[in-house]
Amino acid sequence: MLQNDPSQNPAEPIPGPDDTHLRWLLRGIGAAFSIPALILMSSFIGFAALAVESGLSMAHAVFMTAVVWALPAKVVLVGAIAAGNGIAAATFAVALSSIRLGPMVVALVPEIRGPRTRRWVLYMLAHFVAVTSWVLAMQEVRSIPRDFRTAWYGGLGASLILLNMMVVAAVYMVADVLPPSVSAALFFLTPLYFLTSLWGSARERAGHVAMVLGLLLGPVMAMVTPDFALLATGLVGGFAAYGFHRYSRRKKGVNP
Amino acid sequence: MSFGAIDAWWWPYLFILVAGWLATDSWRFLGVYLGGQLSDDADILVLVRCIATALVAAVIANLIVSPSGALADVPAILRVGAAAAGFVTYLLSGHRILVGILVGEALLLLGIFFAA
Repeated sequence: MLQNDPSQNPAEPIPGPDDTHLRWLLRGIGAAFSIPALILMSSFIGFAALAVESGLSMAHAVFMTAVVWALPAKVVLVGAIAAGNGIAAATFAVALSSIRLGPMVVALVPEIRGPRTRRWVLYMLAHFVAVTSWVLAMQEVRSIPRDFRTAWYGGLGASLILLNMMVVAAVYMVADVLPPSVSAALFFLTPLYFLTSLWGSARERAGHVAMVLGLLLGPVMAMVTPDFALLATGLVGGFAAYGFHRYSRRKKGVNP
Repeated sequence: MSFGAIDAWWWPYLFILVAGWLATDSWRFLGVYLGGQLSDDADILVLVRCIATALVAAVIANLIVSPSGALADVPAILRVGAAAAGFVTYLLSGHRILVGILVGEALLLLGIFFAA
C-alpha cells in the first residue's frame, strides 16, 4: 500500500538540504502574519474591550493573555472576576470551559512530534494550543517535513501570543473610541473565521459531521445543562460522528 | 476569595495563575501525556478529533447565539442569519475563507445600520 511507504506518501514531505530548524521557525513566525492571525487579533481587540469594561488593569489583562491564551477561557475568567466569584468557582468554570484543550492537544501531538522530539518541548508547545493555532497547524502541518514541525509550531505560537499581548496593551491606550457597531463587527469575526476554517481542517468526513452536530447541540446543551454544555456536546457529538465514521467505513467494505 | 479580596499587588496575579493558567494548561499537559501514547494513524484519534471538533463547534455556536459585549445588542436572528450566509458562501465559493467572512460581516453591518 502507498501509505506504508513514506517516500510515496504526500502527507510526509521529504526534507531537502535547505531545510533547517531556523528556516522553519522563521516560517512559523511568518504564519503569525496571515489572515487567520489578523482575525484573531481583531478578536483580541474585542476581548481587551471586554476587559476594560470589566475594570481589569492593563497589566492584569496582558498577563492573562500570556498565561491563559485561549480566548474562550479568558472570556469566562473575566466574567467570573466581574461577577465577584471566588477563586474556586472561577477555577472550576474556566477548567470546564477548557476541557476541549485536552482532546485538541491529543490530536495535535502525534502530528507535530518527530522521532527525536523531546517530551519537554511538547509540554512547552502545548501552551500555545488554542483554536486559531490549532486549526492553522492541522491545515498546514502535513506540508512540513516532520523533523521541523515543532520548530514551525513554536515560531507560530510564540509570535501569536506576543503579538496579541501587544494588541491588548494597545487597546487599553485607545479604549472608548470604538463605536458599538465596529466592536460588534470585530466580535463577529472570530465565530465567522472558526466556522469556515474548522470545516476546512477536517481530516475525514466524520469531522464535518462532528462540526455540524457541535454547532446544533452547543446552544441546546447550553440551555439544558449550562455548566457541562461543552463537555456534553463534545461527548455526544464526538461519539455520534465517530459512529458515523465506523458505519460508513463498514458500508464501503473497508475493514481496519 | 474574590479577585479584589486581598489588597496586595500579587493577589490578582495569583488569582489569574490559579483560575486561568492552572485551569487551562492542566488540560493541555494531560493532552501531551495522553497524545504521546498514540501514533497519528490510530483509529482512536478519529474519535478524539471528532470530540475536539464538536467542542470547538459548540464554542463557535455559543459565540454566535449568546455572545458578550457589543455583539449581544445585535438581534439574534441577524447574528445567526449572517453567520449562516457567510458559511454557505464559503462552501459555494470553493472553500474561500475570506469570501465567506466578508459576506457574513457585510450582512451583519448592513443589518445593524438598517435596524438602527
